[in-house]
Amino acid sequence: MSEFRYLPLTEKDRHDMLDVIGINSDEALFADVPEKIRFKGELNLESKLSEPELIRFFSALAKKNASTTEYASFLGAGVYDHYIPSVVDSVISRGEFYTAYTPYQAEVSQGELQAIFEFQTLICELTGMEAANSSMYDGSTALAEAALLSNGVTRNKKVIVSESVHPEYREVLATYAHGRGLDVVTVPMKDGATDLEALEAATDDATSCVIVQYPNFFGQIEPMNEIEQIVHRVKRAHLIVSSNPLSLGLLTPPGRFKADIVIGDCQPLGISESFGGPHCGYFAVAKKLIRKVPGRLVGETVDEKGQRGYVLTLQAREQHIRREKATSNICSNQALNALASSVAMTAFGKKGIRELAKQNIQKAHYAAEQFQKSGIKIVTNQAFFNEFVIDCGRPVSEVNHELFAQGIIGGYDLSKSYEGYTNKMLVAVTEMRSKNEIDQFVKALGGISVG
Amino acid sequence: MDNQNQPLIFERSREGRVAFSLPELDVPEKPLTELVGEAYLRQDEPHFPEVSELELIRHYTALSRRNFGVDNGFYPLGSCTMKYNPKVNEQVARLDGLTKIHPYQDEQTVQGALELLYRLQENLQEITGMDAVTLQPAAGAHGEWTGLMIIRAYHESRADFKRTKVIVPDTAHGTNPASAAVAGFEAVTVKSNENGLVDLDDLRRVADETTAALMLTNPNTLGLFETQIQDIAEIIHEAGGKVYYDGANMNAIMGVTRPGDMGYDVVHLNLHKTFTGPHGGGGPGSGPVGVKADLASFLPKPLIMKRENGSFGLDFDRPQSIGRVKAFYGNFGINVRAYAYIRTMGGKGLFQVSKDAVLNANYMLKRLSGYFETPFKQLCKHEFVLSGSRQKKLGVRTLDMAKRLLDFGYYPPTIYFPLLVDEALMIEPTETESKETLDAFIDHLIEIAKEAESAPEKVQEAPHQTVIGRLDETRAARHPVLRYVKE
Repeated sequence: MSEFRYLPLTEKDRHDMLDVIGINSDEALFADVPEKIRFKGELNLESKLSEPELIRFFSALAKKNASTTEYASFLGAGVYDHYIPSVVDSVISRGEFYTAYTPYQAEVSQGELQAIFEFQTLICELTGMEAANSSMYDGSTALAEAALLSNGVTRNKKVIVSESVHPEYREVLATYAHGRGLDVVTVPMKDGATDLEALEAATDDATSCVIVQYPNFFGQIEPMNEIEQIVHRVKRAHLIVSSNPLSLGLLTPPGRFKADIVIGDCQPLGISESFGGPHCGYFAVAKKLIRKVPGRLVGETVDEKGQRGYVLTLQAREQHIRREKATSNICSNQALNALASSVAMTAFGKKGIRELAKQNIQKAHYAAEQFQKSGIKIVTNQAFFNEFVIDCGRPVSEVNHELFAQGIIGGYDLSKSYEGYTNKMLVAVTEMRSKNEIDQFVKALGGISVG
Repeated sequence: MDNQNQPLIFERSREGRVAFSLPELDVPEKPLTELVGEAYLRQDEPHFPEVSELELIRHYTALSRRNFGVDNGFYPLGSCTMKYNPKVNEQVARLDGLTKIHPYQDEQTVQGALELLYRLQENLQEITGMDAVTLQPAAGAHGEWTGLMIIRAYHESRADFKRTKVIVPDTAHGTNPASAAVAGFEAVTVKSNENGLVDLDDLRRVADETTAALMLTNPNTLGLFETQIQDIAEIIHEAGGKVYYDGANMNAIMGVTRPGDMGYDVVHLNLHKTFTGPHGGGGPGSGPVGVKADLASFLPKPLIMKRENGSFGLDFDRPQSIGRVKAFYGNFGINVRAYAYIRTMGGKGLFQVSKDAVLNANYMLKRLSGYFETPFKQLCKHEFVLSGSRQKKLGVRTLDMAKRLLDFGYYPPTIYFPLLVDEALMIEPTETESKETLDAFIDHLIEIAKEAESAPEKVQEAPHQTVIGRLDETRAARHPVLRYVKE
């Protein structure tokens, strides 16, 4: 009896196969590995588990985590607890999708190719852009790749990023920029949004691109018209906008503000929080940049009989053709999560995407109003989407600790990433939070914050 | 497969249908114009489809029937390690306690997740022979770039700024030179010799004080073991460079030898290849990077650590770190699956995996060698490369044979890679395929080789059985239609 259920070869098979090859032991298969570097003995790994033991073991690990099934979460900052229609998991659990690879052989990959084509269309619709790729690793790497794309087109090395862009996205940008020798200039904030005077002063002929987030890291809606005018006053500079795609169900899409590249993360649309990944970056561009896009693109075409079909296209941009001259090194992306997002967007449909965005904005504003009524200071004083900043009057880490004891996962501690934000909490309120949960949160925080 | 022409989801849309269900808004509703300025309120509705839930399911089920995965049949796509994706991995990865957790939760509330990652790090260190591992990179190419940024940081920390070049073999995967470019290096090619291995004389020629690193898979992309790997490492080390292991081919050597023991300094793994993370139609993957001790301080931050009191945490205090390569902590869900696989197989099991993978490949190579040109005569490792040059003379290209395989219900091998081999067919069976499956595939491929002689048009005009014929790629590229627009 075989010891391993994923290994079908029997001892007889192995023996017969070695015979055909003309060697007498599996040792001989590795005769080309020099003795000096051969691994002696057995790899010292954790002990192997049977299937029931494995499930028990993983369930025990999972139980050591506090999940948003049991706790009311007001934590956002780029990752959110949202409604995921049950059809999403049903579709991405199909082996035909999740056990396939990149659709190189189009004739037997039409399903995946068409699904990506639909994903590209949905992203274009949301962002108001003319083309979108098949996905990136996440929002942060999509943002960095957008800066690289811009640099490749303009040949300018100056990348301007607003301080109101997600701090981790900016950290990832810094890592990529260091490799490529780009100069990242961070423009400060004023009243929780990009300081327009500072932006104007920083933007000059050496500028490749300006990166802003809309709604920004603090949930606030950036003054896009003003920003666009500043950026495009410089002849070739690109406006790169990072957007929570869900917010675009309700907010004017960045394409309307003449953004050149729009990127972000599809996590709010059908993808679980998953401790930060896998999520799914999206990447959308204006028409003039289509041939510079990183990663895979699916295009419509016809077969010999004139039947409509889909293929990977414009591959002359990609690493497997262009090698060091490719627009990016990306190969595997996040295809299955792009599919999950597509299914979610399809399930929401025209009415649902708007309703979802509406519930987020209404609930967040209700929460802010309740905080205000209970005497907690709201720091955000401009229009916002589903996040806003409050002053806890005490270190947020302490407050969150006490909230947790009451079954609540509190908001993000802004002092971790921003100077001058001591005691400030970024609160996210999604459609998943009931009025009752919001009221309890406000009440609990009132009790804690005053001391 | 479904032979019906498949409408786009947008073409199925009828106004008024829905496939979602949200509770009624339970807070007082305010006019949106009060909350958001008029200029920021979307005027048009996005053209999203309107379908019922069943229509949605029928649509995607129909699409799935027009797609081929490992669950459908044999998928010997070389260099991609299309092995079975265990179902229990999917089950445990979907536990609420592993999916419905936020990356910014207090460490004390995610101890299980951190413990899991820490344990995975430890196991991967043992498998690769490395001293420290980061789980942050999202895929193989992302790992390559991360590894090269670590090497860059190492040289810079020594004020050694002249190292601008990364050496890659002429057989390398395209991501290697592309990753070098993204990391700001110039890619330099080293030639292969007649045995398909790195030409040591050429390596000595290109390795110098400008060499930052050599990137090399072992077994290499031809499926051949670089027997002189220790000499190769020595040449690079003597030139002051670092040796980078592309883990795409790790499936051949688990428990046989380790990158750390061969002289490599940095390694990335493709957890979606060797460690059964599903390929997902092109991701998400996971590309952890392991390094030797002298490079550990440059790893991305945060790392997962175990504290003296036994609890687990995130270590941000890493002043020499290259920084972040991705938001949060990597593709956690894929790392969960890889860890489940390692715990299912154990050390002995992973050794058997590599032995069976290599046995399967050599068996196929032997049986096919009479019918196709075999450019290299030695034993292969987990994959091998055939040349279709004999068939090409008959007017049958490797692409034609690949398309003909579709008719027999197979996903074709990787073709035209590595570029070094004329009309290449790169076959990787993996260890999860049975001898019967291999025999049937071999018989079909031999049949195709015979058809190339007796009825070449049958191969040239393939596929005959798929839902769609060969597609016009030139048209797709010349007049790109990248999205649906309602007429």
